[in-house]
Amino acid sequence: MTADSDALRDAFDNAPCGYVITTPDGEILAVNETLASWLGRDHDALIGTPFTRLLTAGGRIHYETHFAPMLLASGGLSGVAVDLVAAGGLRLPVLLTANVKSDAEGRPLLVRIVADDAADRRSYERELLAERRRAEEERGRAVSFAETLQRSLLPPSLSPPPGLEAAAHYYSPSAGEVGGDFYDLFPLSRERYGFFLGDVCGKGVAAATLTSLTRYTLRAAAVGDDHPVGVLHTLDSVLKQDSHAGRGWFCTVLFGVINRGANGFDVDLATGGHPPPLLLRADGSAEYVSTDGGQAVGLFATPTFSSTRIALSPGDTLLAYSDGFTEARTGAGSRYDDDGELLRFAAAHSPTDAGGIVTAMRTLIEDLGTGVEDDAATLALSVPEKR
Amino acid sequence: MNVLARNNVTFAGLKSGTTVMLAHGFGCDQNLWRLVAARLADQFRLVLFDHVGSGLSDPHAWDAERYSSLHGYADDILDIVEELDLTDVVFVGHSVAAMMGVLAVAEDPSRFAKLVLLTPSPCYLDHDGYTGGFSRADIDELLESMESNYLGWSRAMAPKVMGTPDRPELEDELTESFCRNDPAKAQVFARTTFLSDNRADLPRVGIPSRVVECLHDTLAPRSVGAYTHEHIAGSDLVTINATGHCPQLSAPDETAAAIAAFAAPA
Repeated sequence: MTADSDALRDAFDNAPCGYVITTPDGEILAVNETLASWLGRDHDALIGTPFTRLLTAGGRIHYETHFAPMLLASGGLSGVAVDLVAAGGLRLPVLLTANVKSDAEGRPLLVRIVADDAADRRSYERELLAERRRAEEERGRAVSFAETLQRSLLPPSLSPPPGLEAAAHYYSPSAGEVGGDFYDLFPLSRERYGFFLGDVCGKGVAAATLTSLTRYTLRAAAVGDDHPVGVLHTLDSVLKQDSHAGRGWFCTVLFGVINRGANGFDVDLATGGHPPPLLLRADGSAEYVSTDGGQAVGLFATPTFSSTRIALSPGDTLLAYSDGFTEARTGAGSRYDDDGELLRFAAAHSPTDAGGIVTAMRTLIEDLGTGVEDDAATLALSVPEKR
Repeated sequence: MNVLARNNVTFAGLKSGTTVMLAHGFGCDQNLWRLVAARLADQFRLVLFDHVGSGLSDPHAWDAERYSSLHGYADDILDIVEELDLTDVVFVGHSVAAMMGVLAVAEDPSRFAKLVLLTPSPCYLDHDGYTGGFSRADIDELLESMESNYLGWSRAMAPKVMGTPDRPELEDELTESFCRNDPAKAQVFARTTFLSDNRADLPRVGIPSRVVECLHDTLAPRSVGAYTHEHIAGSDLVTINATGHCPQLSAPDETAAAIAAFAAPA
């Protein structure tokens, strides 16, 4: 037995890790030779001192506010990373594991602490931490770049003709990614105004390039072309020029020209494969503006684009939107507009005005939550009621 | 906004009578009061809660700017007492929550009857002529220590409490969640706690107050306890024979007794 006791004593004193036994209050009752030599301190001088005195000041606060209560409340603790301070101020990174010896009533009697040398692991962790900080900074830069780019693709403000109200909203489900939806409203002459809302294929930098090309082509083509369908054909040709370069670019777009009418405004609309806009009438009704036959722009050899003319009278609201709304996921395999929900939504809000329906569409995005997987854009025009 | 859900407000003890509100400090959550609450339950109506960013508070209520000031936490406390329409509250704040109590009481004394400051410190940093016990470098060291213990990408690498066979009363859930606060929020709370200076707020306390300190507390040493007591007019000072900063766990009987003797109606 003597030999066994000696062996146990030796295993305690010369173990390849530090051993400390403290009172529940943290006063050191025993410490092994390994730890005393790591600390460069006299073994006997450590007895009776608080264990936390071996820690750095910052580590001591952390220990007192987190680890000590965790240990007392639960009876055990592992994987605590602290620095011990050796004689001369040298820091020893260690990982602590501890458990509590309790009496029959659960009152703590002793705390057993094991300290493992963690110098290698901690320097590895520090490198990982630095790497993560760098990655977070990079990501922050990428997000801010994408947001700036996205802003540059949307008009800073809408310019409706006098007597017409306009509102728009753009939502992107993923920060740091440039979406494919775009819109604008701009004067073509003193009397004529143009607007569009569309969705280019793809995402990211390629989509941003295509959006930029599409926007400027539409604005330029509209200056000299009175017919919205003609404007879409110009865009189709331009996109195909680039298609020949092997890019395979296309988009869906709703394009309109606004003229002052007898009682409000006349809107000439052409669509290329875009979901039809909604008309919310002053009488509280809501209907789709028929746009049969329009095909996506840039995709077909001889595309057909449909056009129609509507009259916007006082109290009427025209609502254009992208498929980010209609295609929002509402359950396993179901989409928001599978059963005509958007029309019911519009009818429930009619009559309204541009600001009102865009606010409602924003709320809809919030309600759909993570179901909105693609970016979602909406643009509304309304003629105020005469007073 | 549901204030009670935001702060995970819970109730214990009597259904009526003197209301004692127990506020946890930096590091853990309302579970830290477990042993003390059990000892106060037969005398008082107890209201417990988690500060936003700690415990089971609503994660969506987090606002780094609001909670960068102890006034943000103090406003939450006032929200709770107003929501529950509590009056004559005995507010017990541990550690930094003692200063939240000071601010809340100064803001709206009408709700509070008494204030207990458990191991308080109005200022952890040393300033000319005042010894808080820590330097700015020490606090940076704390933030670094917190970071190296919560390398966000792996929960497995964070310190964990171990179940022990001789403590069967400790539920798994508690073992799992105790002191596990979101590291990013804990960093903000740490800065707010240790860089705040509320010395000038102490004289604003106009209700009966008791300072409870531990005999050996490296975070709130006795000189700081004495300072707090001297600067709150009419306060008394109780020193518990305990070591460490959390006497609720190391000396639950003495802590509960110090609170109960003061909180009980005369």
